[in-house]
Amino acid sequence: MTATPDSLSRPRTARRVARTAQRAEQAKTRLSSPWATAISIAVAILWTVPTFGLLLSSFRPEQQIKTTGWWTFFSDPQLTLKNYTEVLFGGSTQLSTFFVNSIVITIPSVVIPITLALLAAYAFAWIDFRGRDFLFVAVFALQIVPIQVTLIPLLQTYVDLSLAGSYWTVWLSHSIFALPLAIFLLHNFMKDIPRSLVEAARVDGAGHVQIFFRVLLPLLVPAIAAFGIFQFLWVWNDLLVALTFAGGTQNVAPLTVRIAELSGTRGTAWHLLSAGAFVAMIVPLLVFLSLQRYFVRGLLAGSVKG
Amino acid sequence: MANRLACRGITATVGVAVLTLGAVACGGTGSTTADQAANVDCKPYKKYGDLSGKQITVYTSIVAPEDQPHINSYKPFEQCTGAKVVYEGSKEFEAQVVVRAKSGNAPDIAYVPQPGLLQTLVRDTKAVKPASKGVVDNVDKYFGKDWKSYGTVDGAFYAAPIGANVKSFVWYSPKQFAKKGYQVPQTWDDMIALSDQIVKDGGKPWCAGIGSGEATGWPATDWMEDVMLRMYGPDVYNQWVTHKIPFNDPKVAAVLAKVGSILKNPDYVNGGLGDVTSVASTTFQDAGLPILDGTCFLHRQASFYQANWPEGTKVGKDGDVYAFYLPPINKKFGKPVLGGGEFAVAFSDRPEVVAFQEFLSSPEWANLKAKEGNWISANTGLDIANVDTPVNKLSVQLLQDPNAVFRFDGSDLMPGEVGAGSFWTEMTNWIANNKPDKQVLNAIERSWPK
Amino acid sequence: MSWILDASTTGEKLLVMAFAIVLFAAVMAIILFAVDRPRRVPNWLIALAFCGPAGLMLGFGLIYPGLRTIYQSFFDRTSTGFVGVDNYLTIFTQEGFQIVLRNTFVWLLVVPLASTLIGLVYAVLVDRTRFEALAKGLIFLPMAISMVGAGIIWKFVYEFRPDQQGVHQIGLANQIRVWLGMDPHQFLITAPWNTFFLLIVMIWIQAGFAMTVLSAAIKAIPDDIVEAARIDGATGIRLFRHVTVPAIRPALVVVVTTIAMGTLKIFDIVRTMTGGQFGTSVVANEFYMQSFRQFNAGIGAALAVVLFILVIPIVIYNIRQLRLSEEIR
Repeated sequence: MTATPDSLSRPRTARRVARTAQRAEQAKTRLSSPWATAISIAVAILWTVPTFGLLLSSFRPEQQIKTTGWWTFFSDPQLTLKNYTEVLFGGSTQLSTFFVNSIVITIPSVVIPITLALLAAYAFAWIDFRGRDFLFVAVFALQIVPIQVTLIPLLQTYVDLSLAGSYWTVWLSHSIFALPLAIFLLHNFMKDIPRSLVEAARVDGAGHVQIFFRVLLPLLVPAIAAFGIFQFLWVWNDLLVALTFAGGTQNVAPLTVRIAELSGTRGTAWHLLSAGAFVAMIVPLLVFLSLQRYFVRGLLAGSVKG
Repeated sequence: MANRLACRGITATVGVAVLTLGAVACGGTGSTTADQAANVDCKPYKKYGDLSGKQITVYTSIVAPEDQPHINSYKPFEQCTGAKVVYEGSKEFEAQVVVRAKSGNAPDIAYVPQPGLLQTLVRDTKAVKPASKGVVDNVDKYFGKDWKSYGTVDGAFYAAPIGANVKSFVWYSPKQFAKKGYQVPQTWDDMIALSDQIVKDGGKPWCAGIGSGEATGWPATDWMEDVMLRMYGPDVYNQWVTHKIPFNDPKVAAVLAKVGSILKNPDYVNGGLGDVTSVASTTFQDAGLPILDGTCFLHRQASFYQANWPEGTKVGKDGDVYAFYLPPINKKFGKPVLGGGEFAVAFSDRPEVVAFQEFLSSPEWANLKAKEGNWISANTGLDIANVDTPVNKLSVQLLQDPNAVFRFDGSDLMPGEVGAGSFWTEMTNWIANNKPDKQVLNAIERSWPK
Repeated sequence: MSWILDASTTGEKLLVMAFAIVLFAAVMAIILFAVDRPRRVPNWLIALAFCGPAGLMLGFGLIYPGLRTIYQSFFDRTSTGFVGVDNYLTIFTQEGFQIVLRNTFVWLLVVPLASTLIGLVYAVLVDRTRFEALAKGLIFLPMAISMVGAGIIWKFVYEFRPDQQGVHQIGLANQIRVWLGMDPHQFLITAPWNTFFLLIVMIWIQAGFAMTVLSAAIKAIPDDIVEAARIDGATGIRLFRHVTVPAIRPALVVVVTTIAMGTLKIFDIVRTMTGGQFGTSVVANEFYMQSFRQFNAGIGAALAVVLFILVIPIVIYNIRQLRLSEEIR
């Protein structure tokens, strides 16, 4: 699916290098405004400090978290790994079980809806058929159906099919819920691709399936990666869908179920909540960092413009 | 954290045998089967027959680490009958159990913590099975009539009472009391006099917190219920809970005013936590902690609050903290006790499920579970020697006291719109926004479903 | 073959996962292969092959439940007795619900606009700077946190401790107030401002999404357009207003729409931070409370329908944008 036709991308590399140099030149002129620098630094700090505060707190002893602010760390540094040991090894089930469950739930729940959405988005963008616009708007509007109203009808069907409590229901449900937004977003990228590229392939005698795989897919890799991250985050952080369809038993329950239990019945256990939040964040952050280059480059492969 | 609750239980346990059991629970492995294999007496389990290869699913709102004692308490049953009990706990239990029951995916047994939820399950999902004869016999024999009535919906008995808690307690610090020369009050007036004395001595007598996430407000509804029982007695309490008298009745207004004279009195609250509005923002778990450092002296909260004291706190008559019975207002009504509890509901009538439900309503299980620590039941077959902490012993005494009039937490008995809705919200507004008494009661009355 | 439905070891789980993906790929390959006959198969059949699987799933998983909800909104709490528009009357006349509706409007107006604006400005400011990757990563960070996690983080920021001797603030917001010589404030209790303190959390999360998509769109602006504008003497803010913004207009619409949809459905943040108390509840949270706490299926469904209705203006706006872009193409 990801076979990139080299013929399309190779001649452009040289041009891109030249352009990057040119852009670096421009960058200097841009940063010259001290206001711009000040604003961007201020926003970056504002966006990071709350998370940083919780991160620091997660390493502080319980009693300290409860009585003093995390900034007192700088005058009275005390660190402990106790919160993390409790989160990681405190339960009766090994945390790794939940990690595996989360991964098993997440990967198909990302792959399936993206594939289906890509195909549907292609049809909405590049195949002429009656009622296309109406259907597209309908799909788009489906984004608003709250997941909660679907729980009972879906679960009833799964029980009838005796699928309830298995991974299959979770994959199917996550895929369904992701489709409207996925189709909407991918359609928007898809229709930005210059018509000339598609027309050229058509003149060469390519059918829709070929055009989809040979021409559009390679150009959409960054957009797919981008949406893939969003969908990944959504599924990874989900609690409701997993709880309802898979149940909370340790065979299928994802990490979020374990994290949600962390506070036990004792309410604001900041020390466990903070450590738990970061344990849950590790994988999404790794995924984001490893795919980040796509964001930096742009959501459509560089080939589209110019 | 995981094992702290179980471990704390041990510090207060008495018997050596209990210690061993507790120590295993403390290890957190949960595999006590091997240790118990030798000394389990299977005689009481004979009547359940051979259930080898059968599986029973249990669904509750009790999550780790508090779930382990439950899982351990099933071991003798599993061992003697051959059945396997699969435990699942979730903090989203209340929503999930209804969704599952409506979808035909109900667990075999669920621990329902409110009679109101039981009614919803019975009436709306029609998936609940009536209790078997064995369960009925157990409940008739070992529980009071009132407890049976909470497990009854529309004339049919469904749910066996299992765990219980007592809410009519005021937590205090015996150490601080001794230091300042304060006495545990025996009447409401004594208690108010004590509060005024503390104010005169320059302290804030009361600390309170009603924060509890989406359930914020419930501790304030408990206050109302306790005072209602004490001012007007159990009969008016029943009328109030079942809407035989309206929610803005003058009697209810008098109760709210009485509660307000403590909870909204800026001289009385909120010791160590802030002004009156901090009652609304403080979580109920944190609200009693200022008692430890003497910035607050009195905190009305249920027996289960003992789990909230930090590690190393000595709970007992001469310890760091202890609780006294919230004193009566009107002598006429004797010694009313407000409490709560959970009920075992069966969604299946397979023999193994029926047997397990019967087991849960039996004194054998109540004693097994009590030995696991920090748990009590209204089961009169529960031997007080098996109960661990002093507060739990006190609670069992109150529950088994034939002179005490027990009433279940009223908001759990009211329809969901009120008991898990407007009652919470309006009590919160009453404190957070200083909403006038009259408007609060009118708003709750309007929300009562017709 | 019981592991297909009931995988219990890690190996089995991974195997089921691989099996599911292969199965899915095989089914899709067969469908696509069947219609891959250039110029022989009619367009509608190809469209069906491309859209059909998604359509089936949407019909089963969203359209049917959606219609069922609309139907239920005209029935009572157990969906047995017809009550006409009573549920809607309750929603629009009771004081409590009016606050809920008001809050939802505030969220809907403020969050999409504020997140988009912050995301856009930030994307432009850090574009092509040396620290671009790091700067973007920092803003994106909140996206990686679940709504519940974000709720926890900000609850910690707003945490209140009384102004007493020996008591220290543990929440940053109140500590800053104390440093500035003010009294600590109960951020989450005082209506109506508490709603703003809650929606900051959503802005904090969504700005990363806006920044990501808009930054990508900015990079896709053809260089010659920017060059032409520069030659005409456009710089700084004028370049931004007259060249950048019009060029990324479609992306802006997408971002505002997506965030608006997400905002309408928001309930985790409210639930984690205030539980909907203190006059902060929104329609989605109230819907959850009515449906799953008070088990009033009628009112719950009616609230969900209110959400459907609130989306209509957004849908219409998008249709118009769709038409516009079709004309350009």
